[in-house]
This record gives sequence, structure tokens and C-alpha cells, in this order.
Amino acid sequence: MGTKVMYQNVWILGEQEVGTVRQVSFELLKRGRALADKRESQLVAVVMGDHLAENELQRLIHYGADCVIAVERPELRHFLPEPYTSVLTVLIRKYRPEILIASATTTGRTVAPAVAVVCHTGLTADCTELDIEPETGNLIQTRPAIGGNILATIKTPAHRPQMATVRPHSNKPLEPDESRRGEIIRETVNATNLQSRIKRLGFRENSEAVGNIQDAEIIIAGGKGFKKDENFRMVRQLAELFPDGAIGATRDAVDRGWISYNHQIGLSGKTVSPRFYLAIGISGSVQHLAGIKTAENIAAINNDPEAQIFQVADYGIVADLFEVLPLIKERLATLNLKQEPEVSE
Amino acid sequence: MKIIVPIKQVPETSNVKMDPETGTMIREGVEPIVNPLDLYAIEAAIRLKEHAGGEIIALTMGPPSARKALTEAIAMGCDDGILLSNKKFAGADTWSTSYVLSQAIKKIGRYDLILCGERATDGDTGQVGPGIAAWLDIPFMTYISKIMEVAENEIRCERMVETGYEILAAELPCLLTVVKEVNFPRLPTLRGKLRSRAVELQTWGPVDIDAQPDFLGLKGSPTRVVKITKPQVARRGKIAAPKDEGELVTAVDGLIEFLKQKEIV
Repeated sequence: MGTKVMYQNVWILGEQEVGTVRQVSFELLKRGRALADKRESQLVAVVMGDHLAENELQRLIHYGADCVIAVERPELRHFLPEPYTSVLTVLIRKYRPEILIASATTTGRTVAPAVAVVCHTGLTADCTELDIEPETGNLIQTRPAIGGNILATIKTPAHRPQMATVRPHSNKPLEPDESRRGEIIRETVNATNLQSRIKRLGFRENSEAVGNIQDAEIIIAGGKGFKKDENFRMVRQLAELFPDGAIGATRDAVDRGWISYNHQIGLSGKTVSPRFYLAIGISGSVQHLAGIKTAENIAAINNDPEAQIFQVADYGIVADLFEVLPLIKERLATLNLKQEPEVSE
Repeated sequence: MKIIVPIKQVPETSNVKMDPETGTMIREGVEPIVNPLDLYAIEAAIRLKEHAGGEIIALTMGPPSARKALTEAIAMGCDDGILLSNKKFAGADTWSTSYVLSQAIKKIGRYDLILCGERATDGDTGQVGPGIAAWLDIPFMTYISKIMEVAENEIRCERMVETGYEILAAELPCLLTVVKEVNFPRLPTLRGKLRSRAVELQTWGPVDIDAQPDFLGLKGSPTRVVKITKPQVARRGKIAAPKDEGELVTAVDGLIEFLKQKEIV
């Protein structure tokens, strides 16, 4: 660690998949832009991958970066902890960023802690808010902890870079500006930095039916109010009535074996921010609520008027879900029929 | 196969009560438990031992009372437990915690595998597992949902990522963090419980693990918690509580109207 003065600029760790920049990177750029403006410094996007096309990297600039540092190697095609940690560390030591934010994805949450150890600096996980302390220029990091019961504000006063991961989908990207110009630096690294004792043998994609609930615009979620395995089918049936409706579940529903773990929403599952979240038979434990805080619109159906879920709902119905759901299904089916008259049975 | 399982004692957060005045957790009546996500790592270790033989050592850093977590791990099927407890360790962030655990692992000596839970349910960072691997400079894989095969010098696993499952092979020794999907943790048996009482747990401090004093505890931690606040649950929109069928229909109409207004349908 050097003296603080030697460190400058805000970095975001961009993520790519087969050469295409992931949405989460654009979200980070918005966070990074605000921080860089406050620090009156540059915003730099770092991307590792293989076949990183110029026009794809330009998009990072359109979304707010002043500069892109790209490292292109076949060994970096897919995320592997060792080469990603090693390359990022080399870049940090060379350029000395003051702040480095990564997305709290499976990639970000894996590489960031290893980099923080190697660079001897602080890392704050899964932040929901980032800001700059005017007097010191320190990064103010806010994150939920203890099951979402508290918000902790954390600083890294004496170490650089100040590192944080940010919840995916906890903010929307800036509008892209195609007139923005910036520099693209292609960096090279030594072969020793690309070695991996882990080999990637293959990949099994999620089945279509599962989808990625973290990217879903509409999520219909069920909890233990469904009482039985066979009743949980009603969640799927309702989700099918929405365009691209995805299925979510509480920990209770998953633990009862009604649906697989990758549908689980909450602190021990996934954080989602759909445009619409419908919680059915979900009481709304702090754990679950922590996973849906950034949903744009929340509706809830529960027979318990005291259920916590109503505290966060924009629209709630206090009633027996087995009575309400058939009515909703009926109404939605009629609506769909009106909109798509060519679909008939 | 020698397996080390670093675990953490946490408050039972699903029933946490907060003091609305101070914004701090009411600890009275809160039972400390083994981090629920660590149980999956313990279970994975036991299954590997059942398959290939060997030894499992549970490791925890915490106050003297954290020995209870080790006792529980042994009751489930771990062979031994080591408690890292000392005033100098107190207040450590994930950087310092992973340093202390890695120093203890170095002292244990030869091992094949380190298995961790995905994260602890109190701090919720998931940073200590990768941190330990970085200190030890061993390969590591996170979010493991399936352990497929263990050979002499290699372990094959599935790793759950956003879009699917990666199939990975790592050289041993390595560190894995596992997710819930990996197994169903067993309950301690009566025999296990009896055995856990007989096992004499070692307690190690900074000198035992040859730790650098300025890497320890709050003093050695790069991060500082500067403020704790209570999250605001804002929103609270329209709540319909229908008393009869007619009102129920009206409530559903209201929901559909809400969806139309928000351009969801």
C-alpha cells in the first residue's frame, strides 16, 4: 500500500460474456460516474475477456466511462478466479485507482475479496449506496447486514484502493450517449498472470423454464401460504399469464422442496429488482424483504392483515389466496385474449 | 483426505429484534447458532470423508463461547475442532479474519481441501472464503452447487452462476465455498453429541499461529464501521381488505387497474 496521494480515479470492474458487456457493468458505470464527478476524477472501466471488440468497448464510454482498460487473452474468455485476480492486481499496482467497484455477482464477489487480500485493502460487500465524504474524499459505503435489520456505513480510511461490490440491479444505467468520446487502452500481461489451477470443463445453461430471475421484469412469487406442493403450481400458472413472467419463491417454499433453490429470493437467495413483484402467501420476513427492496412495484396477497409484506406493498389484498388467484387469473386471461385476438383455443 | 471447515457462530437472525431507539440488535434471548450456510460445508465434508476416508477439522474464530459451534460441528461428524480466541482478534473485518484463519490453517499443516459456507448470515459478505484462499495462494471456487468427483489430485464440481452451471476441475489442495443446493445437512446424532463432549478442543491465540500483530482485530482491519442505522421501510400503498365476495371482486379489479396504470399488463 502506498500513500493515499498516489492513488487517483474511480474504476469499475466490467463484466463480459462471450465478448458482450453485461448489463451490470452499465449499472456500475452510473454509480462510478457520480463518484468520479464528486472527486473530479476520471471514470475507468476495466474489462477482461477474449475478443473484446472496439465497438463493444465503446459502449462503456457511451454509458459514462472516460477510459476503458481492456485485457484480451484466450485465458480470460471465461471467469476463472486466479487469472482474474492476478490480472486485476497487476493493473491496480500499475495505475493505482483510488476506488474500485465491482458488481456483487458471482464473478465480482469472488474476485474482489481475493484482490483485496493481495492488495492489502478494505472491501465492503453488497453495497446499496455509495457516496463521497466531502472533507476527506473517502468512499462512504452503505450496506444492509444482520438479515437486513441494520444498515451499516463503512469506510476504508487508510488503505487504497477503496473497494466495494454493489448489488446487481440496485440501480438503472444512465441513458447511453453515443457522442461521448474516451480512450481505450489495450493492456498486456505476462503469461504467469494467466495461469490457472482450475480448468473450466463445460457449462450447463439454465433451462428456459428457470430463466434468470435476477433479470426478470415481472416476478410472481409464492411462499408457505400455498400450504402444499401441488398448490404451488398456481404460481407458475399465474406467471405464464404475464409477458416473460418469472417465478420466485421464499426460503420456506424452497426448503419444503416445492421449487428449486435458484428461484429463492431474499438474503439467502437472490436480490431482484423487477418492474413488478407479486408476493402471494408470503409473510415478508426481513430476509425476504431485503431481496425485493429495489423492485419498482410490489403487490401482495396474504390473509394476515399484519403480514410484514403489506408494509412494502404498493397494492395489497388481505384475503385467502385460494379465493383471489382464480379471479386474477380469469381477469388476466380475458385481458390477454383482448390484446392478442389471433390466439384462440 | 484431510478437510478443514472454517465456520462461524452467528445470532439466529431470522428472529432478530432490533431496538428501535438505538438501532442495535437486542441480544437477550438470541440463541447463537452455527451459521446455517456453514452446515452445508460441514455436510459436504462428512460425505467426502464417508466416501474416501480421512479427517475433518472444524475451525472458528470468536469469543470463548464460540466453542459451542465447534462442539456442534463435531456432533454432526467432524473429528476435531480448533478455536481461535483472543482479545487481539476482536473487531476483525473480513481481511483480518481471513488472515487469522489462513495462519491457523498453515499451522495445521498438510490438508487437501478447505470447505466453507457461501457466507455467514450475519455479516453476509461471502468474503472470508476467497480471502483465505488468497492468503494461502491455493486455487478456489465459489458458489459450488455439486461436488461431482474427487480423485487423487483433483476435484470436479459444478458452480452455480447467474446463467447456469459451470463445470470445473481444480487441483488439490483447494478451497470451495458451497451453496445450499449442494446437499441436505444431517442432524447431529446422539452418538455424535456424546463424542463431541469427549473431544478436547484446542484454543489458539496470535502466538500459536505466528500472526503479525498489526494484522489483527479492529486495528488490523482496513475497513471501519462508522454508523449503524435502521433501514426505513417506506412505501405502504393501498391495502384492500375485502369482507365479502363483492368486495373481493372490487379488490381484484383494483389490482388489475394498478397493473394497467403501471403499464405492466
